[in-house]
Amino acid sequence: MIKTKFNYDKYLRKNTLPHIWCPGCGDGIILKSLLRAIDKCGYSKDEIVITSGIGCASRLPGYVDFNTIHTTHGRALTFAIGIKMFKPRLKVITVSGDGDALAIGGNHFIHAARRNIDITLIVFNNYTYGMTGGQYSPTQPRGSYSTTTPFGNIEPPFDVCNLAQAAGATWVGRSTSYHAVQLEKFIVDALNHTGFSVLDVITNCHISYGRRNKMKSPVEMVKYQKEKAIPARSSQNMSPEDLAGRFKTGILFEKKDMPEFCSEYRKELEIAKTK
Amino acid sequence: MTKNIKLMQGNEAIAEGAVIAGCDFFAGYPITPSSEVMEVLSNKLPKIGKAFIQMEDEIAALGAVLGAALGGAKAITASSGPGMSLKQEHIGYASMCEIPCVIVNVMRGGPSTGLPTLPAQGDVMQAKWGTHGDHAIIAITPSSVNESLYETIRAFNLAIKYRTPVLILTDEIIGHMRERVVVPDKNDVDIIDVKLPDVPPEKYNPYNYTSGKVTPLAPMGEGYRYHVTGLIHGETGFPSQRTDVIQNAQNWLMDKIYKNIKDIEKFEEFQTEDAEILIVAYGSTSRSTRQAIMMARSAGIKAGMFRPITIWPFPEEQISNLSKRIRKILVPEMNMGQIIFEVQRNACGSQVYGLNIVNGEPIAPDQIYTKIKEIAGL
Amino acid sequence: MSDRTEFRFSGSGGQGLILAGIILADAAAIYENKNAVQTQSYGPEARGGSSKSEVIVSDSPIEYPKATKVDYMVALTQEAFNKYINDIKDDGIVIADKELVTDFSNAKGKLYIIDMVKSAREELGKLLGLNIIALGILVEISGIVSHESIEQALMKRVPKGFEDYNKKALEIGFKLAKEIKNNK
Repeated sequence: MIKTKFNYDKYLRKNTLPHIWCPGCGDGIILKSLLRAIDKCGYSKDEIVITSGIGCASRLPGYVDFNTIHTTHGRALTFAIGIKMFKPRLKVITVSGDGDALAIGGNHFIHAARRNIDITLIVFNNYTYGMTGGQYSPTQPRGSYSTTTPFGNIEPPFDVCNLAQAAGATWVGRSTSYHAVQLEKFIVDALNHTGFSVLDVITNCHISYGRRNKMKSPVEMVKYQKEKAIPARSSQNMSPEDLAGRFKTGILFEKKDMPEFCSEYRKELEIAKTK
Repeated sequence: MTKNIKLMQGNEAIAEGAVIAGCDFFAGYPITPSSEVMEVLSNKLPKIGKAFIQMEDEIAALGAVLGAALGGAKAITASSGPGMSLKQEHIGYASMCEIPCVIVNVMRGGPSTGLPTLPAQGDVMQAKWGTHGDHAIIAITPSSVNESLYETIRAFNLAIKYRTPVLILTDEIIGHMRERVVVPDKNDVDIIDVKLPDVPPEKYNPYNYTSGKVTPLAPMGEGYRYHVTGLIHGETGFPSQRTDVIQNAQNWLMDKIYKNIKDIEKFEEFQTEDAEILIVAYGSTSRSTRQAIMMARSAGIKAGMFRPITIWPFPEEQISNLSKRIRKILVPEMNMGQIIFEVQRNACGSQVYGLNIVNGEPIAPDQIYTKIKEIAGL
Repeated sequence: MSDRTEFRFSGSGGQGLILAGIILADAAAIYENKNAVQTQSYGPEARGGSSKSEVIVSDSPIEYPKATKVDYMVALTQEAFNKYINDIKDDGIVIADKELVTDFSNAKGKLYIIDMVKSAREELGKLLGLNIIALGILVEISGIVSHESIEQALMKRVPKGFEDYNKKALEIGFKLAKEIKNNK
């Protein structure tokens, strides 16, 4: 599907490979899509900053040759805000897992969205805390199993996209690690958007999540992504029953020309100067 | 130098000092009794084109400061009490990743919500040991409004020079009191600036554990692409679990501070030459101590004071030397006994007494004088 | 130590007592080149509760920044009067407002009951500025700084358009203090 062979080596820190991800993990697909998207957008390596928190997904920055910051659990967006505000010319991307972005980092998630600061957040959403052994996360479906929901999860999950939109993000989309071509396209779109963009990427952790939920192999999990993803447009005429257990994909929300934090701050500086 | 003299609050003086030091970035969260630092900077920084942001919580505030500092900003945050408890993880991150920043703690009564508007000195040990794992820290305890300003400038300099978080441990008394300050011109004070490394990007390693020299932190976005992680990392910045790398990294975090203690230390001695009773006091308590010493002297008691201005690393050598000739030492603190143990460890067998008053009021000169008389056997 | 003069403005949050202290300290420290320290103590309330603002003025350096033996105190609430009267010097001067403080059973030092509220109401038309009247009284009665210095320090901190109003409040204070002096 990808017509010309892409030179990933240009962006990889080969001395830090192999990566820590399990064979069959979806995170590598997201990484490759991200690199193709960055390349397509034409950014130089020096102007890209990637921050991450703690967890499997958050190991990504170590493998790529940009300005990379592997921060503390849940707080990647706070570092991103700091460096973006101080050097707005830099393109700042945050990668984060579902637990990282929405549980321990939930407060920063909604406030970054509220500020509409020009940062792209990519959530590697695998419904679980993979690195710590598969505890239930805030996106884990109700009724599913984990090392800490041995009798089934009684909590309803967050919908990352609804949450982002409600909090003020001005670009919101969802794809999966199965839909690699769409994923790349969406990352390009998110990066080109001015404002806070959130891309929820459903990815697979067959080791920590799938194994406990009748999807032992990566193949079964990828099949889940393929079958359960429903393009937003097709979902419009579907009944709630038909939509149960499925997730919408696509660019779900986009609002251009909304006040962006850094440019608003530049305006404030002009006012302050005269005071 | 034309003298610019102002009546100023301690917290305001910290903000003023930060601006003179060339502060580029403040992120904070409202908390009493430190909020004035944030309020003043919210006004001053935008006027000179610098960045100010009020974050969603205490943790985010220090996160943003560290992000900006990685971009090359001189960055500062301020907090108190529970806010400092929340900031501990990022203080550890700053230590581990060697990110320069200044953190102001205007100490209030604790634990927990404690006494938001009243003073204490209960965070001295937290300053050293608050975050998990071994690390060294620099902490400064100013005792006047004027000193708050100048020590903030020094805090920025030390942070950049040693690539470390530097804590300014002031207290509600100093933070909120107003007194006269001589505001210096930028050109009349020493200021260390953020610089690019003196090697080209391809030769740059963000860390150096072996040469004994602190590698400058390259501002991100200037061609020096590197990786920052809170995991133990080698000199290249990438995580490592090699035993030699781990030990080197751990040693370095301690050595870069302790081996440079002569440059970092700062203290004042008051009437110690002939003293028979030594009082070790810091912050606002040292003001009462000075007055108590004058009272004692007029009653014929030879008392003197040692006042650490840099409290971490602790001035072990000075205490040890003084205690060789002064065999009675009093340590008044607005806490239940913290620095007293550092004094005891270095006191060469001298008798060490505590005066620990934690009731929301500063320790008064009378209270210290009474204790001096008691120690003197009068 | 003996040349310390200690002032205390006490009342409740919102009465502007902290500002009164700051202006006094500014007049002493900046306009008269004396040593001056201002501190305050307040509860969690932005309005109400007890609050005090203290100023120490001295020719020698001031170490302990809080008042211990108060020379001059103003009380603008009963609660503050009761709470903060204890460390008044035997010959210290206490100025209490006639309407706001009514129970003087705890009185110490030399007590003067002055109707500041009435003066404010009659001469300023509103109670805003009670703090400046109190400031005027303490300045005049103590002679700690000149009228000129206190006026300069006051003008620096008064919002535009309120200069005359505040100057008038200050003068009311001077006048009330002169009456006390004459009655001494």
